Order: sequence, then C-alpha cells, then structure tokens
Amino acid sequence: MKTLRDVRIGESARVVRVHGHGRIRRRVMDMGITKNVEIFVRKVAPLGDPIEVNLRGYELSLRKIDAEIVEVS
Amino acid sequence: MSITIAVAGNPNSGKTTLFNALTGSNQYVGNWPGVTVEKKEGVLIGHPEVVLVDLPGIYSLSTNSLEEELARDYLLESNPDAIINIVDGTNLERNLYLTTQLAELGIPMVLAVNMMDEVEKSGAKIDSTALGKAFGVPVVEISALRETRIDELAGIATQAAQKKGHLLSVHRFSGGVEHALGHIEEVALHQQPEHKQRWYAVKLFERNELVETELGLSPDLMAHIAQDIRQCELEYDDDSDSIIAAERYDFIEEVLGKVTVRKKAGDLSPSDRIDRVVTNRWLALPIFALAMFVVYYVSVNTVGATMTQWTNDKLFGQMLLPAISGKLADWGVAGWLQGLLVDGILAGVGSVLSFLPQMVVLFLFLGLLEFSGYMARVAFIMDRMFRKFGLSGKSFIPMLIGSGCSVPAIMAARTIENEHDRRMTVITTSFIPCGAKLPVIAMIAGAFFGGKGWVAFGAYFLGIAAVVISGIILKKTPLFQGEAAPFVMELPAYRWPSLKNIFVTTWDRVSSFVRKASTIILLAAIVIWFVTYFGWVDGRFQMLNGGQIDQSIVAAVGNAISWIFKPLGWGQWRPVVAALSGLVAKETVVSSFGIFYGFSEAAEGGQEMWTSLRAAFSPLSATSFLIFVLLSAPCIATISSIRREMNSAGWTWFAIGFMTTIGYSAALMVYQIGTWLRGGAFSAWTGIALGLLGLMTWQLFRPSPKAGSALKRANAGVRG
Repeated sequence: MKTLRDVRIGESARVVRVHGHGRIRRRVMDMGITKNVEIFVRKVAPLGDPIEVNLRGYELSLRKIDAEIVEVS
Repeated sequence: MSITIAVAGNPNSGKTTLFNALTGSNQYVGNWPGVTVEKKEGVLIGHPEVVLVDLPGIYSLSTNSLEEELARDYLLESNPDAIINIVDGTNLERNLYLTTQLAELGIPMVLAVNMMDEVEKSGAKIDSTALGKAFGVPVVEISALRETRIDELAGIATQAAQKKGHLLSVHRFSGGVEHALGHIEEVALHQQPEHKQRWYAVKLFERNELVETELGLSPDLMAHIAQDIRQCELEYDDDSDSIIAAERYDFIEEVLGKVTVRKKAGDLSPSDRIDRVVTNRWLALPIFALAMFVVYYVSVNTVGATMTQWTNDKLFGQMLLPAISGKLADWGVAGWLQGLLVDGILAGVGSVLSFLPQMVVLFLFLGLLEFSGYMARVAFIMDRMFRKFGLSGKSFIPMLIGSGCSVPAIMAARTIENEHDRRMTVITTSFIPCGAKLPVIAMIAGAFFGGKGWVAFGAYFLGIAAVVISGIILKKTPLFQGEAAPFVMELPAYRWPSLKNIFVTTWDRVSSFVRKASTIILLAAIVIWFVTYFGWVDGRFQMLNGGQIDQSIVAAVGNAISWIFKPLGWGQWRPVVAALSGLVAKETVVSSFGIFYGFSEAAEGGQEMWTSLRAAFSPLSATSFLIFVLLSAPCIATISSIRREMNSAGWTWFAIGFMTTIGYSAALMVYQIGTWLRGGAFSAWTGIALGLLGLMTWQLFRPSPKAGSALKRANAGVRG
C-alpha cells in the first residue's frame, strides 16, 4: 500500500482512502484529506519530521507517522 | 430582551479581529469552565442588548479537540440565537467545511466572508448571492481588518437572531446517504424537534459515540440503524464517517466551481515565497534562533530587565515606599499597620507590578509571532525535538522566556493548542533558572566553588534536564495518557499583523493576570509578612524588628520541619527558613541568609557571609541546597500564574507538589549518593537515594504504556 509518507518531496498524489481510527483519522479527514483529493508534498521540516503538504489551496503539516494512514495512488 | 450571538470560524480566519471590531473594548476574558481555554464575551458596540460569544477557533464540530468539544457543547446546550460564521475568503474550500456542519445545527446563521480586500487584490471574484443560496443563509462580504461592512454584518445577524427562528439545512448528501439519513430520522429521531433532527441523524450515521449515549436509544433501534449504515458503506465502498467528510468537501468544490472565479493558479503566493526561506531545510534553524534571540534579548534582557529593575528599585524602592512610609509616620499610624501596608501589601503588590513591563513587552512579541503566522512555523520546526518529552514545539518559547522570569513564561504557554502539552509546559517551565535564582547560584558558587562559571552552566543544565526527565516521566503517567493528540496543523499564510489586534490581546492578557493574580499575591503577601514579622520574644507574642527573624513564626515553623531536610544535608532552621523564604521571591533566599548572619544589607552574591556559609554547609550539602532551591516550588507570583493558567486548584497543587518532589529527590540523591561515594558509610538513606535513582531510571526507560496502541494503529492501517 502506498501512503502519503512515501510520496517524494515535490510530487503530488491522489488520496484513495483514509485508514486508521479515532481522533487522528477524524482530524485528517476534517482537514480536507478525503477520497480523490490531490495532495502536493512541499517539504520536510529541518529536523526530518513533520512534513508540509499543500491541498485545497492551503498548507498543512502532519507527522510522518500520521501520514501513513493516508493511502494514495 | 437580550440576544446572544456566537462567533464561530476556523483558526486564522480573522475571528479575533472581527470580534474586536464588533465589541471594541467591551470584552470580558475568562476561561471555559474547568479547562485552560480562553473564553471571550463582549457586548456589540451600540447595542447593549446583544452579547457576542467568541467560540474557540475550530476546523470542525467532530470533537477531536478540546476546543471543538467546547464549541459544540456551547452551540448545542446554550442555544445562542444566531451564529456569525466567519470564513477566510482566500481559503474558502477548507473554511466552508465547518459551515456545512454549523448549518445542520438548526441555529440561524450569517456567513461573513472575510479578507475580501485580499480576495479582490488577487483578482478573484466571489458571487456571494449564489454562495448564500447554496447554504441557505445570508452572506456579507467583509474585511475585519479594515472594518468594511462590519455594521451591515452586525445588523443582519441581530435581525436573524431576533426572529428566534430555526435554520433548516439546504445541503443534501448523495442519494444513498440521504436514504439512510431519512431512515434514521424516521425510526430514531421523530420525537426530536425538526430543526435538530438532521444534526443528530448525521452524527448517528457517523457512529458518533457521544451522540449515541446522549440519545440513549434502545439496543434494538441501534442495531436497526447499524444495518442501514452498513448497507450504505457497502454501496459506497467506504466508511460512513469518511463518506460524510468526503461528500461535504465534494459539495463545497461543486459550489465553489459555480460561485468563484479563481485567480490564476501556478504562481507562488507571497506567503509561499517567504516560507521557501523561513522553513527552508538549512535556513529554518538559524532564522528561528535569530528570531528567538531578538525576542529574548528585548523582552528579557534589555527593555524588560531595565523596566523591571526601574519599577522595583526606583518606583517602589526609592519613590513610593519611602514616600508612603514617611506619610504614614507623619500621620502617626500604628507601627504594625505601617509594617502591614509597607512591608506586606506594598512589597507584595510591587512584586507583581514589577513583572508587568516585561510581560507587556513579551506579549507584544507573542502577538506579533502569532498573528503574523510564524508561531505555527515554530511548532513545525521544533516539533520533532519536543514531542519526545510530551511537550509541543511551541513550548520552546515559554522555556526561553522562563530564563528571565517564570511568570510571563507560564502565561506564554497559552499559545499551545493542545491541553496536555500546555499543562506539561506550565508544570515544567519554572525548572529553568529564572533571573531571581541567579543571586542564589552566585552565592553558592562564590562561597564554595571559587565563583566558577560552570556552576551557573550546571544550573541551566540541571533545569533543562529536569524539564526533559519530568516530561518523559509524566508522559507515562495516567494523567497525561489517553489518545495522542493529532499533530495535523495548518500553516496559515503569513500576514501583516494588525497592531490593534496585538494591543488588544496584550491588554486582555496582562489585565486578566493583574486582576486574578493580584488577589492571590495580596493575600499571600499579608500571610508571609505576618509570619515573618511576628513571633515570640521571651515567651511573649509580639511584632518583631528586622533582626529578630530567628524568633518569628516562620523560624518556629522552620525549626519544626527542619528534620525533613536532614537527609539533604542541611537540616538546621536557618537554611530551611531561607529556602522557605524563596516562596516570596527566589532572590529573598540570599537576603534571608544576610539577616540570619547579621548583615543588614546583603550584596547580590552575598560575599559578606561566605565565611558563615562555609561554616554551615559542606560543598556537597551546599550543592544539595542549591538544587532544592532551583527545582522545588517556585515563588508565589509564579504559583498564582500557574493557578491562573491551569484554571484548576487540583492541577496547581499537583504542579507545586510535583516540582517540590523532584527538587527534594534530586537534592537527596546528590547528597546521599555523593556522601557515600566520597567514602561515607552506607546508611538507610543511601539505600533510599539509590532506590529513587533506580525508580527514576526505570520510569525513564520503560516503554510507554501507549506503545501498544501505536502498533494497533499501524495494524488498523492495513485493515482496509
């Protein structure tokens, strides 16, 4: 399964499904990471985590471990 | 008839600016009951009958953060007459997600599309009539910053509220979902008022446990509903909550396609260009260090320190105190009353007021960092380092400010969104040696270690180590357990902060500190004055003069409890009382020793009494004394700001108790293990100290009880 974590910096991916459960899953969806949305991975923080992505016209940061629940194609 | 209007919106949507513009200075800042989240209420300018409630900035009503829970509970339980939903016009897509949820609550709503000046400048257009039609609510295009069409917005919202009507959501999900929702409404919700049915139906469809419990449906009914949901999930090949979230966003995309003319895509916005430098892989840390240095240098070192010193020494020490003492003496006021007023109340109030200049400067900076959007980047840059010990990347700022004074530092923790992180920051910040602890460090370093710089360095290292160790230890206790708060954070576009906002926020924070904290400090100052200046001389209870502190109540207390400190190597009343006097202010420890050894005026480093100190302490017990003073309960002003920020007596006592336990244990370990290593006998206390060390190491390195759930999460990820 390819996840958001695997997308290289400077590349885009389309969301297939959001896995996981509880607050993290809910939060990720509330912030606009839903089926079929296009996400552009902009950069990684200087210490190597979290990452910064662009979707729905705004910038979002999330930890790599949380990016793993987002399945992309 | 009074009217209540709730102001709701995403963080960074300009909600605070709008609230300030609508209410002016008629605001009351407090806390939501029992939690550490700020609550603001205000009266609409020119309409004393209209009360505005500023809800916390939220992205959704899903209750996955404390803020969302507060906002949801308020909207559902307090039944405001209307909602003003403010959305950022430059970022409609995500902002309208909350709107789709608010519209289901049945409360009349007005949509305020903010930052229209920026929208127009970018060349984009919004058809607000069509937007209003899509959501079934009136729309007003505003600029909160420039205060354009603010009055119009207030007028429409007031009218909507006065009707005391209900809003029926016009948004429809796709066929299969609507079928299930309709069914749920029919079987489970027909006894609820019509305007609330939709909200409950959607929540039941999402399997929201809070709502399931609230409605108390029978197991039969629940099973029936579950079947509907399951069927829908099969049809859509997705989970119910994810279907709802995706369809809300699909709906917004569809609406926006009709009502907006997009600016040309592709170009980097000015904000993106700033971020290319500011959060750049190589430049981010140097720029961060520079920004922090400026904040620290100005608020702690230069402006802050100078003004604090001026307030302390000049305003109070040389102007107010002598003038007032003189007046009181002229008027022939009784000696004890003079003492109470001057040494008790004025000195106590002075200790609060002397923090104010520093606090004002600091809060101006914090406002600048928050409103410009840089604060979110601080969390982004520092997250990896701080999350290991249960803190937020934003905890860096309180820790930094804490090296000046813990009072503003603890208040700076307010910028941390997550309540666990915020509490942890409040508890650990005062481990960092503040300016008032420096004289104590200098005294011990001078008397026992030849004034070497490494003692001061060691004190800072000890403070940082205490923060890290406490963080790791506390994180594994049930108090800070529970599901990890998601770190899924918006990086808002950089904006020029509005000066008015920064000033209003600074004023709110500082004045609420003065109101709340000064009462505690006043009371504490009176009590401390009483126990220091009263005592038994020759068996008679009376007021004492400065040199008789060894006969005071505090000395009696010190004597009575000195056995507690025997295992730390300094179980005599003098060091014990000196350490206790640090509760007033940490630098008082030095002047207390001065009084005990008969020096009326002690210098900053207490050079006069080095000989006396060397007689009373060994280098090892002096180290243990210093460790205790540095780590144990902070001064009363800090305690009162902990109380203010925690908004709970229980948490305040926990914080004080925890710090004192850490201070005591650290001093005990250093003294007992030190004595043993230097050839002393192995006593029961050595055993206890080693036991403590073992316990601490075990708690530090044992796997977190939560590690299991992280694994579970990874497994759950594979499931679909």
